[in-house]
Amino acid sequence: MKNLVILGAGTAGTMMANHLIKKLPKKEWKITIVDQYKTHYYQPGFLFLPFDIYTTKQVKKNGKKFIPDGANYIQKKIELIQPETNTVILEDDVKLQYDILIVATGSKTAPDEIEGMKGPMWYKNIFDFYTYEGAKALRDHLREWEGGKLVVHITEMPIKCPVAPLEFAFLADSYFKHKGMRDKVDITFVTPLGGAFTKPTATKTLHYLLEEKNIKEVTDFNIERVDYENNKIIDYAEKEVEYDLLVTVPTNMGDSLIERSGMGDDLNFIPTNKGSLQTLDHPNIFAIGDATNIPASKAGSVAHFEAEILTDNILRFIKGEELKEEFDGHANCFIETGNGKALLIDFNYTHEPVEGTFPFPGVGPLRLLKESRANHMGKMAFRWVYWNMLIKGVHIPFVSATMSEKGKNFQKVN
Amino acid sequence: MKKLIAQREIDVNEEGYLMDFNQWDKEIGKSLADEHDISLTDRHWEVIDFLHEKYRKEEPLSIRGIKKSGVIDIKEFYSLFPGGPLKVSTLIAGIPKPKSCI
Repeated sequence: MKNLVILGAGTAGTMMANHLIKKLPKKEWKITIVDQYKTHYYQPGFLFLPFDIYTTKQVKKNGKKFIPDGANYIQKKIELIQPETNTVILEDDVKLQYDILIVATGSKTAPDEIEGMKGPMWYKNIFDFYTYEGAKALRDHLREWEGGKLVVHITEMPIKCPVAPLEFAFLADSYFKHKGMRDKVDITFVTPLGGAFTKPTATKTLHYLLEEKNIKEVTDFNIERVDYENNKIIDYAEKEVEYDLLVTVPTNMGDSLIERSGMGDDLNFIPTNKGSLQTLDHPNIFAIGDATNIPASKAGSVAHFEAEILTDNILRFIKGEELKEEFDGHANCFIETGNGKALLIDFNYTHEPVEGTFPFPGVGPLRLLKESRANHMGKMAFRWVYWNMLIKGVHIPFVSATMSEKGKNFQKVN
Repeated sequence: MKKLIAQREIDVNEEGYLMDFNQWDKEIGKSLADEHDISLTDRHWEVIDFLHEKYRKEEPLSIRGIKKSGVIDIKEFYSLFPGGPLKVSTLIAGIPKPKSCI
């Protein structure tokens, strides 16, 4: 009997268990999946929780429900990966041997990385919304908040779901309008990048959103510290931005397990082949989702496309065949723009998001890079798709793992 | 679009960043630096070498990443490339500026 071990039962790990249970012969392979937490969160829902659009119940479920029956599920903390002996050590000194290891331990926020961020004002007037706890605490704060300077801030790249902070600013505009207090709130978007939008087509077609919603932009802001006593963030060039309410996306890092095991880069992400998803250092270790260092977006849709390709590569690896470097960085995301509308973007390593139709060329029904109600309905429907199809490894019709170039207005390749 | 840099026609985007890193060499780098009133010293070149290494490995660039690398401290990075050190240094190094997905 051979062992395939999956570390992490989040979006990517759960999908891999569901894909592989159908493909690997039960008599030859035992599949084990390990995660220390009982709860599986619908992370895209954290964007909606602060604005009372989703309830807490809608964004969490018992993770075990989504693990296939034939897989061995262990709820324990993972202490160490020892690639040289093909061993994973769990808490209570439980040892797991593997023939193939899939690391899907994700990425998490690290507010301790910035001086003053996780200080006495954390969850008082400084919040994140990338964790369940942060999004919920922010919801409670916003219910009572009387207005002032709202600063939406990105600490450094890369972050999970890079457009979420912008969506947060758009939804905040809608939320305060709806509450009849938009005139009491000043919204500023602060980014270390050159703009809220950074790609030429998106900047051209979408910059109006910031003007329309009266969201100010502070660009090239590289935060050094939070001065929580005087309510301002300060960057390395001594630039200052004042806030009454700071909603920040802290530094995102891979799990500390990766650091303990000596397998990561500066941010604990695992060096991984961007086409095949095999780790660069160990042929029988694969990585998927936010845990890798590949230059794709850290997003559930990316993990979904990767999972289809990684499943094929695991089967090739078992047969001793050459792996295919098929993953093209495909991502497909709905972007909330507020007032019941959303955008849809579809892109990969080499193509930036452009206008067009999706998924049927020339037909749609969804429009790329254009605000519409249909796109918003798509985003809302996606929560159902996530719980019922995506993490169960059910193929989503008409959406392929690699990006289709049909029905899109490409002018040039990057 | 094409731009004449160091007497050569180079492909650049609307913001002046090189479209093809293969067209970059030290002469191009010097000429781009001149446009920003920067005269390149050994320290500048060390930073540019580091940026190229990160670019080849397709690792994302951030100011804090540069701090952690130990190549340079952040105050010096700002003083070497005034007016947005990552924006300016990547332009001179002939690589794309750090971007998000839209």
